[in-house]
Amino acid sequence: MNLTLKIWRQNGPRDKGSLVTYQVEDISPDMSFLEMLDVLNERLNAKGEEPVAFDSDCREGICGMCGLMISGEAHGPEKTTTCQLHMRSFRDGETITIEPWRAEAFPIIRDLVVDRSAFDRIIQAGGFISANTGSAPDAHAAPVPKPNADRAFVAAECIGCGACVAACPNASGMLFMSAKVTHLGELPQGQPERMARVVSMVATHDAEGFGGCTNLGECSKACPKGIPQDVISTLNHDLRMALQSGH
Amino acid sequence: MTDTLSTPTDTFGKWTIGEGIADTKAPGGPIDAKWTKRKFEAALVNPANRRKLSVIIVGTGLAGGAAAATLGEAGYHVKSFCFQDTPRRAHSIAAQGGINAAKNYKEDGDSVFRLFYDTVKGGDYRARETNVYRLAEVSANIIDQCVAQGVPFAREYGGLLDNRSFGGVQVSRTFYARGQTGQQLLIGAYQALERQVAAGTVEQFVRHEMLELIISGGRARGIIARDLVTGEIETHIADAVVLASGGYGNVFFLSTNAMGSNVTATWRAHRKGAYFGNPCYTQIHPTCIPVSGDHQSKLTLMSESLRNDGRIWVPKRREDCDKDPRQIAEEDRDYYLERIYPSFGNLVPRDIASRQAKNVCDEGRGVGPMVGDFRRGVYLDFADAIARMGKAAVEAKYGNLFDMYARITGENPYEVPMRIYPAVHYTMGGLWVDYDLQSSIPGLFVTGEANFSDHGANRLGASALMQGLADGYFVLPNTIRDYLAKGPFDKLDVDAADVAAARAEVQERTERLLSIQGERSVDSFHKELGNIMWEYCGMERTEEGLLKAIDLIRGLREEFWRNVRVLGSADTLNQSLEKAGRVADFLELGELMCIDALHRRESCGGHFRAESQTEDGEALRHDDQFAYVAAWEFTPEAADGIPGGGMGTPVLHKEDLTYEFIELKQRSYK
Repeated sequence: MNLTLKIWRQNGPRDKGSLVTYQVEDISPDMSFLEMLDVLNERLNAKGEEPVAFDSDCREGICGMCGLMISGEAHGPEKTTTCQLHMRSFRDGETITIEPWRAEAFPIIRDLVVDRSAFDRIIQAGGFISANTGSAPDAHAAPVPKPNADRAFVAAECIGCGACVAACPNASGMLFMSAKVTHLGELPQGQPERMARVVSMVATHDAEGFGGCTNLGECSKACPKGIPQDVISTLNHDLRMALQSGH
Repeated sequence: MTDTLSTPTDTFGKWTIGEGIADTKAPGGPIDAKWTKRKFEAALVNPANRRKLSVIIVGTGLAGGAAAATLGEAGYHVKSFCFQDTPRRAHSIAAQGGINAAKNYKEDGDSVFRLFYDTVKGGDYRARETNVYRLAEVSANIIDQCVAQGVPFAREYGGLLDNRSFGGVQVSRTFYARGQTGQQLLIGAYQALERQVAAGTVEQFVRHEMLELIISGGRARGIIARDLVTGEIETHIADAVVLASGGYGNVFFLSTNAMGSNVTATWRAHRKGAYFGNPCYTQIHPTCIPVSGDHQSKLTLMSESLRNDGRIWVPKRREDCDKDPRQIAEEDRDYYLERIYPSFGNLVPRDIASRQAKNVCDEGRGVGPMVGDFRRGVYLDFADAIARMGKAAVEAKYGNLFDMYARITGENPYEVPMRIYPAVHYTMGGLWVDYDLQSSIPGLFVTGEANFSDHGANRLGASALMQGLADGYFVLPNTIRDYLAKGPFDKLDVDAADVAAARAEVQERTERLLSIQGERSVDSFHKELGNIMWEYCGMERTEEGLLKAIDLIRGLREEFWRNVRVLGSADTLNQSLEKAGRVADFLELGELMCIDALHRRESCGGHFRAESQTEDGEALRHDDQFAYVAAWEFTPEAADGIPGGGMGTPVLHKEDLTYEFIELKQRSYK
C-alpha cells in the first residue's frame, strides 16, 4: 500500500506545531498502525531526519499507553486501541491525518506524545480502597453477588488511555472517572469511602482542566474497552447522594 | 540416551571459576518454620524512625508497585520510578491467565506443601527450596490482600471466588479475572501506590529511566536517572535500592514483552558487582501469533488453553506448504505431536510443544509467509472441535481469543486453521539474591521477574503474578527492614566522588551515543542481535552454535559503538536515544546468556542442549554436575569507544542446590 500521512510535529511543549506531510510506500496490510509508523521512522532516520515521537508499550491493547487521533477518530476507525489497529483497515492511496490527543488537561510533550498525569492525580484523590498490606480478612469473608461483581469488572476494564477525553467535544474525563467510581462502588469493600471518594475525585477532575459532561456519549463510543455510558449515571447518583448528605 | 557433551572442564577461555556461594542466609529449622523465624529475627524499625529512612524502587509492576505501596504505608520515605508515563502501564498488566494460591477453597487436596512441590518440580529442580516454600506459604495472603483492595476476581453465583486448574497441575488453585488477571492485579497495586502518593509517603517519578547504580562505602546508595522528557540527568540518594524492573526477553527483539521492557537497570547493577543468576533460563511459549513479516515489532501470546481442543499439524510434504490448508487431504497432514507423543498429544508441556514446532519448520514444513528462508508457523486447527461441539460452543469457550487472532491476522479462525509459533515470553534468570532478596551488593534488593529465585529452569503458568506480589507485598517489606534498621547511613552528598563518577559515566555514555552518527539504526542492531539469540540461544542450543553466537555478538557490539545512528539531542524527549542505551546493554547481556548456556552442559526446563537428551527427545539433566545456581560476576575490560569499559571474562560462582524436602526425579510426561 502507498499512503499519504499528515502528522503533527511539535518539538517541545512550548513550540508551535504543524502538520507535516509524508509519503510512505510499500506498506503491508498486515502491519499494525504503529508498525507502519516504525517503518516511517526507520526511513526518516536513514535520511537523517528525526523520527516521529509517539507512545506505545505493550502493543497488545491492554497497557493503555498508545493513543492517536487518526483522521479525527480516537484510536482510528475500529473499536480497538491504536496498537491493535491494522493497515488493512485503510485503503491504498488513502490520506491519513495523525494527531495527538487534543485536550487542555493533556498537554503535548512532543509530536504525538501527551502528558496524561492528570489521570494519576484523579486516582490519587480517591480512586482506591484503603486496605493496608497485611490487614486483609480472608477473601471469602465478604461474598459479592455475581451481578455486582460482573458490573465492577466491566468498569474495571478501563485502561486509562484517554480516548474518552480525546473524543469528547468538551474534553471531559467523565467516563474515566465514572468507571473507577463504579468499579469500587459496586463492591462491599468500596462502601466506607464511597461518598468521600466521588466528591474528591470530581473536584480534582474539574481542577485539572477537564471539561464538563453533557452526556453526548462520544466517550463510550470511542472507548476501546467498551466501558458503557451508564457508569456516568452511577457517578452522578453517587455525587448527588454525597452532596445531599453533606460531604 | 544421547549425551555427546564435551569435557566438563573445558571453559573455551570464555569464563573463569570463582569461589562458591556457601550461605544464602536462610534460617535453619524445619521448612515450614523458616519464614516465621526470619520475620521474628529481622530487626524492627521504630515507626518514628521510618520516615528518616529512604528507599528507591525502580519499576512499578506487581513487584515494584506492591513494594512501594507497602513500604509507604509502613512510613518509610519511598521514591518510585518507572519509564512509562504512569505506573499503571507496567508490563505485569499484560498477564492473562491467573494467579496461583494454596487456598484449597475447592477442597481438592491442595496445600502449601503441594504448591511448593509443584513449583520445584515444574522448575526442573533448579530452584532454591527455601525461597519456593515461602512463596507458597504467603500465596494465600495475596488473594486476601487483593480482594480487600477491590480486585474483581471471577466469582460464582453464590458470591464466592471461582478457581480453575491451569498449567497441567491436578488441583484448581488458580484465581483469575477473565483473561485480564494481570491487569486487575496491577491496577490494585497501582491504586494502593497512588494512595501513598497522595499521603506523601511515596514520591512518584514517571518517564524516568535508571541508568546507573550509585555505590558508596560498599553499599547501594542511589541511582542516576534520566528524565525522559527534559533529558536532565538526575541524582537520587537513598538508604537502600530495590530493582523491580522486570525481565529481559526483549534481548530477542521479538518477544511477548512490551516495547520498552529492558535489562538496563539490572545490567547496570550487574556491571557494578551484582551477580547475575542463570541468565540462559528463558521460557518460550508455544501458542503465539506468528511473525507476519520483517516489519514485526512484537509477538502476541494467546492462552495455551487453545491446545485443549485445537489439533496441531503441518503438511507432510514441503510442496503443500503454500496451499490452502482446507485443500490438504487428511492423509497428507502430519499431526506431529499426536504422532510423536501418543499419550499426551497436543497437551505436551510448553517446552516440548515449542521445540517440535521449530523442528518441523526447520525441515521446511512450516506454513504461512516466508520469514527469511523458512515459513515459521504451524496450524492449530479447530475444524474437528467445531464438528464435534458445534461452532457456538467453540465460540463460547474461545471467542475472545478467536477475535484477537482475527484482528491481528485478518483471517477467520472459524473458517481457516489458526497459525501459531513459539515466542519468547519470560526469563527465569535475573540478578542473584539471597533469602532476603538482597543481591551480592549490600543494600541492593531485587524482586519479581528481575531476580532469579523461584522458578528454576522453567516457570509454571500462573506463578509469575504470584511471585511478583509475594515479593512486593510480603517478603521484601519484612526483609528490607532488617537492613534499614542499620541506617540511616551517612549522608551522601550529590557531589561526593562516587556519585559524581556514576553521573559522569551516564553523561559520557549519552554523549557518545549521540556523537557516533554512523550508518545503522538502533533497531537494525537490535533485530540482528535478536536473530542471533533466537537462532543459537533459543529453543535448542548446541556448543557449536553458542560459540558462534558469542563471536557474532562481539562483532555486532563492536560495530554498534562505531556505526550506530542516533539522531536528535540529549535535552529533549528522544526515543531513539532511550532505545540505544537499552540495546547497548542487551548486546552485553546476550553474550553472558550464551556463555551461561554454553557452560551448562545439560538440558533442564527451558534450557535444551541438543547434546543432552533422552531417547525420547526430553531434557536430560545432570544433577551430579549441575544442581547449582550459576551466579555470574562481571569483569570489566578496557575497550576503546565503550564508556565505562567493555565486557571481560565473567567469573562463575556456584550456589549448590540442596534438596532436603523434595526428592529429585527426571520429569516424565508419559
